[in-house]
Amino acid sequence: MTPTARYTSTAITLHWLVALLILCAFPLGLYVHEMALSPLKLKLISYHKWLGVTIFLLTVARIAWRASHMPPPLAASIPQWQQSIAHVLHLLLYILLLLIPLSGWLMSSAKGFPVVYLGLVQLPDLVGKDKLLGDLLLEVYELLNFGLLALVGMHVGAALKHHFIERDDTLLRMLPSWKRSKS
Amino acid sequence: MNNFRRYSLLLIGVLLAAYLGSVQAVEFNRVQANKSTLTFGFKQMGVPMDGKFRQFAASISFDPARLDAAHAQLDINLASIDTGNQESDVEVMGKQWFNAGAFPAAQFVSTGVKALGGNRYEVRGKLTLKGRAQDVAAPFTFRQDGASGIFDGTFMLKRLDYAIGEGAWADVSAVANEVQIKFHVVADAVIKK
Repeated sequence: MTPTARYTSTAITLHWLVALLILCAFPLGLYVHEMALSPLKLKLISYHKWLGVTIFLLTVARIAWRASHMPPPLAASIPQWQQSIAHVLHLLLYILLLLIPLSGWLMSSAKGFPVVYLGLVQLPDLVGKDKLLGDLLLEVYELLNFGLLALVGMHVGAALKHHFIERDDTLLRMLPSWKRSKS
Repeated sequence: MNNFRRYSLLLIGVLLAAYLGSVQAVEFNRVQANKSTLTFGFKQMGVPMDGKFRQFAASISFDPARLDAAHAQLDINLASIDTGNQESDVEVMGKQWFNAGAFPAAQFVSTGVKALGGNRYEVRGKLTLKGRAQDVAAPFTFRQDGASGIFDGTFMLKRLDYAIGEGAWADVSAVANEVQIKFHVVADAVIKK
């Protein structure tokens, strides 16, 4: 058997880091949305925004990295149409990982709360305070997030299907290589 | 002759006093509520926020030539607050914040005004908020625009000095202790005859 061609360790690290941050930011967002006003809510909302800005920045870094580092090929056993769908899915994931933080930032400005990343760096308000726009952006934001939830579900489902049912190396390509030193 | 001399001097004195009076006693004391504003700024998780009070009654008497007689009083209707966020407007009326049910108004009463040079002055006085009185000092500028006197000043207060934000809200890492108060008061002059 030929050894699995993996993503670069930079790509693998960034992928799982962003996955972890989304895993924190998503439920946090749902939770604070239901909270009554309190100091804890103010803190959690800020953390959610900081996570969002970080995810945006890391996504930009991932796209830049990917543009200069070809991903390893998918197993030849995977039909071409499935490979095409996988590419489209990945593209949509990248788009959402950029659009969601962007729309969240705009929403925050429209609702009259500037974003100050990590409590240190104030992002400019690209839109002024506007209640109707803020409410509209919240709708857009929720829609995009449920889109992300659906896409991540497909992404994870496909990875698990390839790993446990088809038993190909699709998932292994994105896992750290513990045996690298032995090769 | 002596009497004539005495009366002449008296007349000159009276005329002089009336003349000086008409020049100096330009007292700005008719506050133009619709042109005056009371705003505040603070930081929430490092995020600069601002708001204002829509209703306050200000009475001012200020004559730059007679600072010892200067006086100012502000009565602020706390329920007229606009924090920019409806949920917060409701929250700050509660017991942990202003407790506006028991203390519906804030009051500032001046105890003195001094000149700081140029058009700059400082007003000192007592600010009473939520039943707690504290001494405050606010530098301000004064300029005259036709018959109007325009007062612009700002000062910083610490909300916890007045127990504004108790319990969990006493956490200044969420809402900063420092609150910047900014006032812009326009008062028209009344020339005393």
